[in-house]
Amino acid sequence: MTDVVDTGTALGRPIKRKEDARLLHGQTNWTDNIQLPGTVHMAILRSPLAHAKITHLDVSGALEMPNVVAAFGAAELGELNSSVPCVWPVTDDMVAPDFPALAKDTVHHVGDCVAVVLATDAASAADALEAMSVDYEPLQAVVNMESAISPGSTLVHEDKGTNTCYVYNLGGGYDEKVKEADVVVKRRFINQRLIPAFMEPRSVVAAPMGMSDEITMWTSTQIPHILRLLIALVTGIPENNLRVIAPDVGGGFGGKLQIYREEILVAQLARKLGRPVKWTETRSEDMVATHHGRDQIQDIEIAAKSDGTLVGLKVDLKANMGAYLQIITPGIPLLGMFMYPGIYKMDAYDFQCTGVFTNTTPTDAYRGAGRPESTYAIERIMDELAAELGMEPMELRRKNWIKHEEFPYTTIAGLTYDTGNYELATARALELFDYEGMRAEQKSRRDSGDRVQLGIGISTFTEMCGLAPSRTLGALKYVAGGWEHCTVRVLPTGKVEVITGTSPHGQGHETAWSQIASSILGIPVEDIEVVHSDTGRAPYGMDTYGSRSLAVGGQAIKAASERLVDKARVIAAHQLECSPEDLEYVDGVFQVKGDREKAQPLGAVAFEAFTAHNLPDGVEPTLSAEATIDPQDFSFPHGTHLAAMEVDTETGKVTVRKYVCVDDVGVQVNPMIVEGQVHGGVAQGIAQALYEGANYDEDGQPQNANLSTYLIPSAPDLPSFITDTTCTPSTTNPLGTKGVGEAGAIASTPAIINGIVDAIRHLGVNDVLMPATPMTVWKTIQAAQGGK
Amino acid sequence: MIPVAFDYKKASSVEDALAALAEGGEDAKLMGGGQSLVPVLRLRLNAPSVVVDCSSIPELKGIKDEGGKILIGAGTTHHAVMNDPAVKSSLKVLADATASVADPQIRHRGTLGGALAHSDPRADQPPVALALDAEFTIAGTTGQRTVAAADFFQGPFETAVGPDEILVSIAFPKLDGWGGHYEKFNRAAQAWSIIGVAAAVRMEGGKIAEARIGLTNVGGTPHRASAVEQALVGASSIAEVEAASMHASDNLSPFADEDADVDYRLHLARVLTARSVARAAGIS
Ligand SMILES: Cc1cc2nc3c(=O)[nH]c(=O)nc-3n(C[C@H](O)[C@H](O)[C@H](O)COP(=O)(O)OP(=O)(O)OC[C@H]3O[C@@H](n4cnc5c(N)ncnc54)[C@H](O)[C@@H]3O)c2cc1C
Repeated sequence: MTDVVDTGTALGRPIKRKEDARLLHGQTNWTDNIQLPGTVHMAILRSPLAHAKITHLDVSGALEMPNVVAAFGAAELGELNSSVPCVWPVTDDMVAPDFPALAKDTVHHVGDCVAVVLATDAASAADALEAMSVDYEPLQAVVNMESAISPGSTLVHEDKGTNTCYVYNLGGGYDEKVKEADVVVKRRFINQRLIPAFMEPRSVVAAPMGMSDEITMWTSTQIPHILRLLIALVTGIPENNLRVIAPDVGGGFGGKLQIYREEILVAQLARKLGRPVKWTETRSEDMVATHHGRDQIQDIEIAAKSDGTLVGLKVDLKANMGAYLQIITPGIPLLGMFMYPGIYKMDAYDFQCTGVFTNTTPTDAYRGAGRPESTYAIERIMDELAAELGMEPMELRRKNWIKHEEFPYTTIAGLTYDTGNYELATARALELFDYEGMRAEQKSRRDSGDRVQLGIGISTFTEMCGLAPSRTLGALKYVAGGWEHCTVRVLPTGKVEVITGTSPHGQGHETAWSQIASSILGIPVEDIEVVHSDTGRAPYGMDTYGSRSLAVGGQAIKAASERLVDKARVIAAHQLECSPEDLEYVDGVFQVKGDREKAQPLGAVAFEAFTAHNLPDGVEPTLSAEATIDPQDFSFPHGTHLAAMEVDTETGKVTVRKYVCVDDVGVQVNPMIVEGQVHGGVAQGIAQALYEGANYDEDGQPQNANLSTYLIPSAPDLPSFITDTTCTPSTTNPLGTKGVGEAGAIASTPAIINGIVDAIRHLGVNDVLMPATPMTVWKTIQAAQGGK
Repeated sequence: MIPVAFDYKKASSVEDALAALAEGGEDAKLMGGGQSLVPVLRLRLNAPSVVVDCSSIPELKGIKDEGGKILIGAGTTHHAVMNDPAVKSSLKVLADATASVADPQIRHRGTLGGALAHSDPRADQPPVALALDAEFTIAGTTGQRTVAAADFFQGPFETAVGPDEILVSIAFPKLDGWGGHYEKFNRAAQAWSIIGVAAAVRMEGGKIAEARIGLTNVGGTPHRASAVEQALVGASSIAEVEAASMHASDNLSPFADEDADVDYRLHLARVLTARSVARAAGIS
C-alpha cells in the first residue's frame, strides 16, 4: 500500500506534467506527421488583393503540372463549396454575409481562398499553384472601421447594403446618473488587431476509412466535438460517419476555436476523391488566413464624485469583424460586455457595440476573447480618473472595489461574482513589489530629471471563466450549450480511463485531470489515462476555450469519479458480505470499518464487475460511471498585477523592470501548471502592450504578416516574473476552482500601459497607443512636449 | 514554404565553386550558412536553378592573426568570429556586433562572408567593416582581387562581388588598445536593428584621439559617419561627445518604415552615436 499512500493528496501538488516527455522528445504525432498511403496534398491559391472581382479563373493549367491529381475553383467545386457557419447570431437582425469555402466571384480580404490544387506531394501542389491563371478587377478596399460605417462608404459585401453587422445595446441609465457626477473622464482606446501565432501552424488530414462510409479527420483544433457537428451540418457528411481527432495540438489561444474553410475543403475533397487529403498551412498563410483577435475602438466615459466614488460607466465600441463572420466572431465583444465594470461598484452602465465589416482577415476568439479588451479599458480609465482627481490610483481602486465581505455581489452588468478578496491579493502584491520603495525611486528620478523615468502600472482585474451555463448561452442567442462530460472507467486490470470532453492544446489536462480523478479514486496518477480529443473515443464534449475546462470539465470528472466509487462500493460490499455503509474507501481500497483485514482494492472490484460472476442483484456488469454537468454559474478569478516600467525618454524604448502578480484562481489542482499558465499569459499580454499589432495599409494590404516584422517577444525580452496566489474558493463548482488559462493575458496589458503612462505623465502624456513601440512612445512624448 | 526546385552542388574548394558558378551561369547562387538565402528561396523571392554550397570549403574558414591585421575567412561562422580571442581583443566592435546578430542557432550557421555579401541594410556587421576600413578579397575565374570596404557596399543587397565570383576573406586592420562598442537598437532581443552604431575609439591622455563610426540601417548601404569622427577628436566629456554626435545625421537621407520614420531615425542616429562612442571611449 505504501506506493499509493500519497495519491489521496494528488490534488494540489505541483507534479510534473505527464504529457511533457512525449511533447518535448518529439515522440508525438502532430497532424502534419500523419502519413496515410495514397494521400494527396492540397495547396491554396489565395487572393493577393483585399477587395476585387475575380474576372477570370482557369485552374486547368495546374492539371498539366507534374503529380497533380485535381484542381478546383468555386465553379468546379460546385455544390461541395459549402459555406463557413457562424453559430452566434447576436441580434435578430444581424447581417451575415455568405462565406463560401472558395470565393465565388469576389475576394474580400488578402488571403481569401480562390482555388485549390491537389497533388501527390506537397511540393508539386505548391508549384502547380503558379500554373493557374486568375485575373482580378480591383475594388476599393474598406479598411478603417469609422469610414466603413460612414454614409457612402464602399461596401465589403455589396449585396448586404451595409458594412454594419449589428448594433448591440445594454443598460440605459447612464445619461441620467451622470448628472450626479463631479468628474467625467472620456478616452478613446484602441485595442489593436492581434494574430494568435500559435507555434504549430494549422494542419488537417481527412480520409475515407475504407470498410465503412466513415471519414476520419485529424485536425489541429481546440474543438473536435463542435467541429464534428458543424462539418457534418455544412458538408452533409452524416454525423455518425464522421470522426474528428485532434492529435497533440501545438497551441491555439482561441485561433483553433474555429471551423475553417480549409477543414471544410479537405473533408469535401477526401470524400470526392475517395482518398486521404492533407493540407498544412505555411506561416505566411497563417498570418493572413487564421482568424485574428481584438481590433476594437473603445470610446469610454467614466463618471465619479469628487471623492472618487464611481457613479457610472459608458462604453461605445466599434468591433472589427473583418470580411466574414467566423464561428463566434460577432459574440466576442459581447463576452467583454459583462466585464467593463471590472471589480468596481457603480450605479449605471451603458454599453453599445457596433460590429463592422472591413476587407481584412476575420476576427474571432483570441486568448481572453473580449475580456482583455474590457479589462484594458476599465483599468486604463481608472488610472486616468485617478490622475484627474489627483488620487493615488490604488486608493481609487480600493475605494470602489467590491469588499471581500460583500460577496456574492451582483455587478451593474448583471453578473454575480461568487467570491473574491481583492484586499488580500493587493496587499500581497504591494508587499512583493515594494510599492512604497518604487514610488520613492520614481519620485527621485522625476526630481533629478533622469533620462530613464520609472512608472508603476496597476491592474486589479477580474474575469469570467467557465463558459458557460447553457441557459445563459441560450439567452445570448449562442446556438449550443456549455456543459461538459466525463466518463470514468476502471478496466479489469485496475487501470483507469478518464474520458473527457475537453480538448487540451498545451494546458496539461492529462496531468491535472489525472490528479482530480486520483484524489477521488485513490489510484496513482500514473495509472490513470486521460482520453480526449477524439470523437470516436471520447464522444461527448464541448471542448476547450474560455478557461472552461477545469471549471466545467473538472466538475464532471469529480462527479463521474464519485459515481464510480458509489457503484464500486455496492459491488465491494456484496463481495465482503457487509452493507455499503459499513465500508470506508481509503487510498483505492474498500475496507470494512473496524476490520482492516476485510478489504478489496478498486482493481479487484473492477475485475469482479468484468467477470460478473458474483454481482449483487440489479447491478450491471463493468465498472464505469459518467457525468454530464451544466455549470451553475461562471467563476471569477481575479488578481493584482503590478508592473515597474522604465521609459528611456530620449529614445522612447521601454523596459519591464519588475512584474509582480498575485492571482486568485481559487483551488489549484496543480500549482506548477497554474504558474506556467500565468507566465505564458502575462507574456502574451505584455506582447499586446509592447510588441504585437497587425497593420493594414489603406488598400487592405497586411504590413507585417510574417514573424520577422510581427514581433513576438521571447524570454530575453521579459523580466523574471514574481508570482504568488491567494485562494478564495469558488462556490459555483464543487472543486472550488476558477480557471487560469486567460488570466495573465487579460491582466498584464493594462498594467504595462498604465506603467508607461505613469512614467511620463509629468511630461504631459495621458495615453500611449499599443503596441508601445519605441517610436510610438517617443512621438507621444514629443507631441505632449510640443503641445505645452 | 516550399522553394522552387533547384539543383544542389556541394563545393569542396574555391576553384570547384567557381567552376560550378560558371557552369550554372546567371541562375546559379552561392550559399554560405544559408541563413539569409534559404528564407529568400522559401518565400520564392528568388528561384536559382542551382545552389552552390560553399559551407564545407576549408579555405574559406578560419581566423588568422597576421600581425597588423586579422584575416577572417568568408565562411567563418558568426559563433567562431565572436568567440575568437584575437577578434575579442583587437576588434571588440566586430565581436560585439556579431554577438548581436539573431540567436545562437543562426550564429552557428550564418557566416561573416555571407552576411557581408548579402549586404542587407539592416545587417549589423557591414557598418563595422566599413568603419574599420576592412579589405575584401574576391576570387573569380581570372584570379583574385582586393576591394576596399568603401567600394564594396554598393546598394541594398548589392556588393562588388560579381555573380561568378566568391568572397574569400576579409582583412581587418587591428585596433589594439582601442575601445569598441556596437550599440544595437531594436524592438525585441532577437529582432533586426532599427538602427545600430559601431564605434571604435582610441584615447590619448583622456581625450579621443581617433574614432571610427559606422551606422546600420540608415540607408541602402552602411554609413560611415566621417563628420562625427572628425568632430570627436579632442572630446573628453559626455557633453563634447554628444555635441560631436549631432553630426551623425549629416548627409543622411534615411527611409521610413514601420519601426522608424525619417525624423525618428535621424534622432536615433544622433542619440545612439553618442551612446556608442561614450561606451567605446569609457566616458560617462
Ligand atoms: C531569424 C533571423 C534573424 C536574423 N537576425 C539578424 C540580425 O539581427 N542581424 C544581422 O546582421 N543578421 C541577421 N540575420 C542574418 C544572418 O546574420 C545571416 O547569417 C547572414 O545574413 C547571412 O550569412 P549566411 O552565411 O547564412 O549567408 P547565406 O544565407 O548562405 O547567403 C546570403 C547571400 O550571400 C551570398 N554569399 C554567401 N556566401 C558567399 C561568399 N563566400 N561569396 C559571395 N557570396 C556569398 C549568397 O549567395 C546569398 O546571396 C538573421 C537571420 C535570420 C534567419
